[in-house]
Amino acid sequence: MQVTSKIINDTMYLSILGELDEHSAGYARDMMDSLMKEGDFRQIIVDLSGLEFMDSTGIGVMIGRYKKMKQRGIPIYVAHPSKQIDKIFMMTALYDVMPKIN
Amino acid sequence: MEYLNEMTLTFLSHSINESFARSAVAGFCVQLNPTIDEIGDIKTAVSEAVTNCVVHAYPDKKGWITMFVGLKPNEVVIKVSDEGVGIENLARAREPFFTTKPDEERAGMGFTVMESFMDEVILEKNNKRGVVVTLKKVLNKKQNKSCMNG
Repeated sequence: MQVTSKIINDTMYLSILGELDEHSAGYARDMMDSLMKEGDFRQIIVDLSGLEFMDSTGIGVMIGRYKKMKQRGIPIYVAHPSKQIDKIFMMTALYDVMPKIN
Repeated sequence: MEYLNEMTLTFLSHSINESFARSAVAGFCVQLNPTIDEIGDIKTAVSEAVTNCVVHAYPDKKGWITMFVGLKPNEVVIKVSDEGVGIENLARAREPFFTTKPDEERAGMGFTVMESFMDEVILEKNNKRGVVVTLKKVLNKKQNKSCMNG
């Protein structure tokens, strides 16, 4: 599990790599919070192309970050989920608050 | 013999064993020649069932999780059981967004995910204590011949 970020113009590109489950959720949560705390950006695009696995534990992690960013008025978008992860996002209506972009 | 092949694994409820459990099931199911999507669905459902044991069945100490996998010509049957604290209201536990731990950023979507990724999900009380989750999935709906049929 690895989380990396880069800021281009006013957008933070956040990549989650590896497997996001109960075991890695705590680390993912801490990493995302610390990366999102700093820097000058007005929106976040979460790139999931390197996320090989995610179960429903990941939903809680994503909603938690969404709530924190909402307080600061920063929208989060999601890009390139795998088929299984896409299904999880759809069934839990996560795309309603974190729209998918290409 | 009810199954063409079967296996049972017993492991402790360490969260690091979630990835071991889903990989072990995926590896065992390969002999039925599933599609990549089917394997992805099974891995997700197994991860949900094992996570429930890790988080809810044994909240204060580590305990044993037993995972049985049985293979039929076109179906996988997985039983994940624990001997933990049990679930008082089994029907309520399956409801979407129901969680006993909302303060831990838990979505309460584990059973909804299992139901969506598998064909059948059964939740029962275990004989002694704890619960058993049975997951069933019909494979090769596109009529691939399984390796085990020769």
